[in-house]
This record gives sequence, C-alpha cells and structure tokens, in this order.
Amino acid sequence: MAEKNFKVVAETGIHARPATLLVQAASKFDSEVQLEYKEKKVNLKSIMGVMSLGIGQGADIKIIAEGSDEADALNTIEETLKREGLAE
Amino acid sequence: MSSLLRGIAASNGIAIAKAYRLVEPDFSFEKKAIQSPENEVARFQAALATAKSELEQIRDRAGSELGADKAAIFDAHLLVLSDPELISPIEDKIKTENVNAEHALKETADMFISMFESMDNEYMKERAADIRDVTKRVLAHLLGLQIPNPSMVTEEVIIVAEDLTPSDTAQLNRNFVLGFTTDIGGRTSHSAIMARSMEIPAVVGTKTVTESISNGDIVVVDGLKGEVHINPTPEVLEEYRKVQADYASQKAEWAKLVNEKTVTADGHHVELAANIGTPKDLKGVVENGGEAVGLYRTEFLYMDRDQLPTEEEQYTAYKAVLEGMKGKPVVVRTLDIGGDKELPYLNLPKEMNPFLGYRAIRLCLEQEDIFRPQLRALLRASVHGNLKIMFPMIATLDEFRKAKAILEDERNNLANEGIQVAEGIELGIMVEIPSTAIIADQFAKEVDFFSIGTNDLIQYTMAADRMNQQVSYLYQPYSPSILRLVKMVIDAAHKEGKWAGMCGEMAGDETAIPLLLGLGLDEFSMSATSILKARSLIRNLSKSEMEELAAKVLEMGTTEEVVEAVNATISL
Repeated sequence: MAEKNFKVVAETGIHARPATLLVQAASKFDSEVQLEYKEKKVNLKSIMGVMSLGIGQGADIKIIAEGSDEADALNTIEETLKREGLAE
Repeated sequence: MSSLLRGIAASNGIAIAKAYRLVEPDFSFEKKAIQSPENEVARFQAALATAKSELEQIRDRAGSELGADKAAIFDAHLLVLSDPELISPIEDKIKTENVNAEHALKETADMFISMFESMDNEYMKERAADIRDVTKRVLAHLLGLQIPNPSMVTEEVIIVAEDLTPSDTAQLNRNFVLGFTTDIGGRTSHSAIMARSMEIPAVVGTKTVTESISNGDIVVVDGLKGEVHINPTPEVLEEYRKVQADYASQKAEWAKLVNEKTVTADGHHVELAANIGTPKDLKGVVENGGEAVGLYRTEFLYMDRDQLPTEEEQYTAYKAVLEGMKGKPVVVRTLDIGGDKELPYLNLPKEMNPFLGYRAIRLCLEQEDIFRPQLRALLRASVHGNLKIMFPMIATLDEFRKAKAILEDERNNLANEGIQVAEGIELGIMVEIPSTAIIADQFAKEVDFFSIGTNDLIQYTMAADRMNQQVSYLYQPYSPSILRLVKMVIDAAHKEGKWAGMCGEMAGDETAIPLLLGLGLDEFSMSATSILKARSLIRNLSKSEMEELAAKVLEMGTTEEVVEAVNATISL
C-alpha cells in the first residue's frame, strides 16, 4: 500500500475540472485508489464520489493506492495535484 | 393535417422548413422482471456505450465551436458514465433482483441525485442536474428514444420548443436553424432577443406549439404576422413563398440604405445603433449599416459556464468588438446579472422578487472581485476603438459615483502597471429605474450620456413583472407616463450638453420612432435587423412635425389615444 497526505491550496477546492482530471488520472491504473477526507474514504476513480466530498481550500486529504501499480498511481496523482496547483 | 397557431411575432421574416422538436421525450417505463440477467446487463452496457460515444461527439463539437471550456463540462459528464460507483450497483441490481435495466438505472441514479440535491451548496445541487442529464441519455437508449440535440442538426430546420434557454440557443447550429417557435415567452424574452440577433424569424408565446407539431412536419413560421402554419396545403405554401419573396425584395430595397446617413426629411441627423450580445453579432451590425453599437450586453460572456470569465477572456472579446466596429462608438454595459438572468456558479440566494433584488450594479458594487476584472478588461481594450462604458440599474447618484470611483481606481492601477488606457472614455448610465429618470437633471451633471432601457423602465413604472403573462397588457411603451419620463431624460441630457439614447425594444418600434424623434432622442439602439427599416422610416419623417406630434401626445391620457394620434399623423 502506498499513501501520502496533501493540503488543498486551490481557491475553488477540488471541484468540476480538477475533480475530472484526478479521476481521469486514477482511472489509468489497475490499483485501487482512494481519497480520504475528514475520515471519509471514496473511490478516486468515481467522479461522483470525489465531488460528494465537497473538498474546499485548506482541506487535508490523503491519497491511498493499493495494487500492482500502486507506486506509479500515487506518483501520477501527486504530479496532477501539483501541476494543476490543486494541492501540496 | 394543416393547421394554424397564433403567437407573438418576435423576429421578422418567413421561414419554411421541417420541424425539429427540442422537447423532452416521454421517459416513462415499468419495472419488469427479466429472464436473463446476462442479456439485460449486456443491453445496459450497449446503451451505456452508445450514450458515451454520443457524448464524445458532442464534446468534440463543443470543443471546436464553443471552446475547450464548454467541452470540459462534457468530459465530466463522460466520467459519470464511467463511474464504478454508479455502474456496478446498477449491474448488481439487475443480477440480484432480476429487474430490467431501466429500473436498476433509475433507482441507482435517483439515489445519487437526491444525495447531491440534499447538500446545502448550490454548486452540488447543480451536479444533481448533471447526473440526471447523463443518466437520462442512457435511459433514452434503453427505451429506444431520441434525445434532441440541436448541435447535431445537419439539415435546415425550424426549432420547436417550450422555451429556449441561453444554453439551448448557444447550441443551435446557425447554418441549419431557419427559425423557431415556442410555447411561452414574449417580445422581450431571451428567445425573442436571440432570434433577432441571429436574424431568423420567430413566433413565441403560441401556448401549444409543442403539442401541435411532430418531428418532420413542414412548418411555416410567419414572424411578420406572428403565425405558425403546420403542414400547410400546397396553395398556402405557395402564397407563403410569395410573401417570403416580397419580404426579401423589401429587404433588398432597405439594403440600399446601408451606407446612407440617417437624416430626417428636414435634415436632422440621428444615430442608429445595434444591440449585440457577442462579437459574433458584429457581422449583422455591419451588414445592416449600424452606425454604432448602442448596447453590448456582456452577460453572455458569463453565462453557460461554471466559473467567471477571466480578465483576459473579457479583454479578448471587448477588443474584438471595438476593432470590428473600426472606430465607431461601442457602448458596453457592465455585467447585468440577476433578475431573469442567473449565474448558478455565483451561488446567489433565491429571491422573492428577483427583478427588484440583488442584481446588476447592486451586485457589482458589493462583489468587487467580479466587477474589477471586467473594468480592467474594458479599460485595457479601450485603446482598440471608441469605447463608452455604461452602468446598468443605477437607482441613485451614489451608486454611479461609487461605480465611477472603482473605475478610476482601476485606471490608476493600470497606469501604475504601465498599461495604456484611452483618454476621455465616455461614462454613462442606463436609465431604467423611475427614480433615476425623475432626477435625470441631477445625473446629467455627472454622466456623459444616458441610455434609456425601456423594457425595465416600463416594468418598473407600471409595477408589472415582464415575465408574467397575466399582466403583460401593462407593457405599454406608448403610455403617456412612459413618454413623459423619456422626455425628462432627454431634456435633462440636452440641458447639460450631453446625449440621450435608447437601447430597449421601443427604440426599433415603428410606432415609437416618430415619437422619440419628436422628443429629441439622439441615438436609437435596436436589433441589427431593424436598423434599415428604421432608417427608411426616419428619412421620410420631418423632425419639426414629429415635435408637434410629441407635444400633443404628452397631453394625452391613454396609450390608445397616443397610438391613434401617431397613426393619423404618419399615414398623412
């Protein structure tokens, strides 16, 4: 299992377009990828799951990947979060 | 069978084509037990695949025509259809409960929809609509129904709809939509305004057109008389083709006036300007001989998206319009949102009386993070043409002063950043609230111009909601009360050496033009398609005679008397 914590810095939080990008990134991998926020875990391959969390600016989130390509998955998601200025 | 419906003539001309219904199909179905869950899952997957490929096509089309921004919305929709949290429960339900795919889909989707709807956040509530939208598309394929999609139209059609929203009209393919007709709406509703800016005939407010027309019916939209003929006999169709040809030759006659000045028979010049919504509308302004843009409605930059337009996006649009007009005046109205024009992403609370509520300048003065980028974009664009800025819904002098101070502040900021801004940009206000018309003499000392917005001025003076059909009889532009307010505004402007224009529906109205001319209006801003007709009319009128007429009607008591007086004078 691979996991990492982030802090959301994007002004609009993780909504609409950012959520779309994250789900697209996670969906490329075989591993199960989860997003944890306020003790709630959702499937990061589920757009509705991610949006239902209503993650705003300043939120502490955790990404958890588990499976054959877990390290790759976590790296790619971290890249996406940083490249889009979503989280640090 | 041939039939005839009456409605409101919203945009001139005659259109004849096949009907294309922009109406929701009937999605009702029954819950059924099924024999083979495997087959049912396969049927579901096939519907899902078709829905996805349809959405991909729409996304690509939207991307090339409307920009990456609009396309991103469809990317999110596509992800919903790939969402394991949605798809697996549906398939499980089919397998474990032996129910039809329609039922499994609906139950599962409804659960998500109500979850999002119950969140106390407007943005999340909007997402419920997204889920409803995309799952409906799958349901349609399961039921063998076609969801109308006007952006995919590939032949000439007449659009038939209950009403057309801004996002519907944005999707219309202008090459193939020859006209439209709706159940509801009036001359000033969004659909009517769009029809005039697209220069296609339209009849709105027919009440029953969606019930009366099926896909593929031959429809005549008579935007001159406000009638819709469904499957007319060959004889009637022939007559219509004649009217269409006559109208075309009348237009050709008017077209000769494209480069002529708008001068009355006794040598007085007035300016005929156009109302536009997007840079795309400029073509119509030039083709119809517009001498200026009298109203650029910037709202469209803000609509049909999920966040505010950036300063840069706005700058690009304003620059395009200013350059397109080649030095002719362009009056840009700052954001006029609220009332009947909502922006879901602003999360504004619902109001009991939106037309009397938090809108336009009231909102902009409160939310400077929205207002300032627009002003910066305008100031930056000012070097590319002849820009005039106007603030909407001004009710007090204080509001104007505050708005002006913010503008000056941004002008200083730009100067400090070393960015060039044009000198002497005229700054005006919309006069659409009676309180402002009444003290126009005070405003005239501080503003550079007035533009009278008649749709709202009439609604506020008569206290009659213009969206409410039951009180639509109070929409009386020729009422002596309205004419007196208009006169006050024009006189106040002239006394201070300023100019007064009008950008409401009334400015292009054949009955109103003689009166407005007589009252001394300097600028008439209307739908581009009305300009040549208005020019032709004004060239045959004498200003001094119209002044006499105006003086006479100001002493009258009712709209009927006024109209009678105008008709008697003009037909002489």
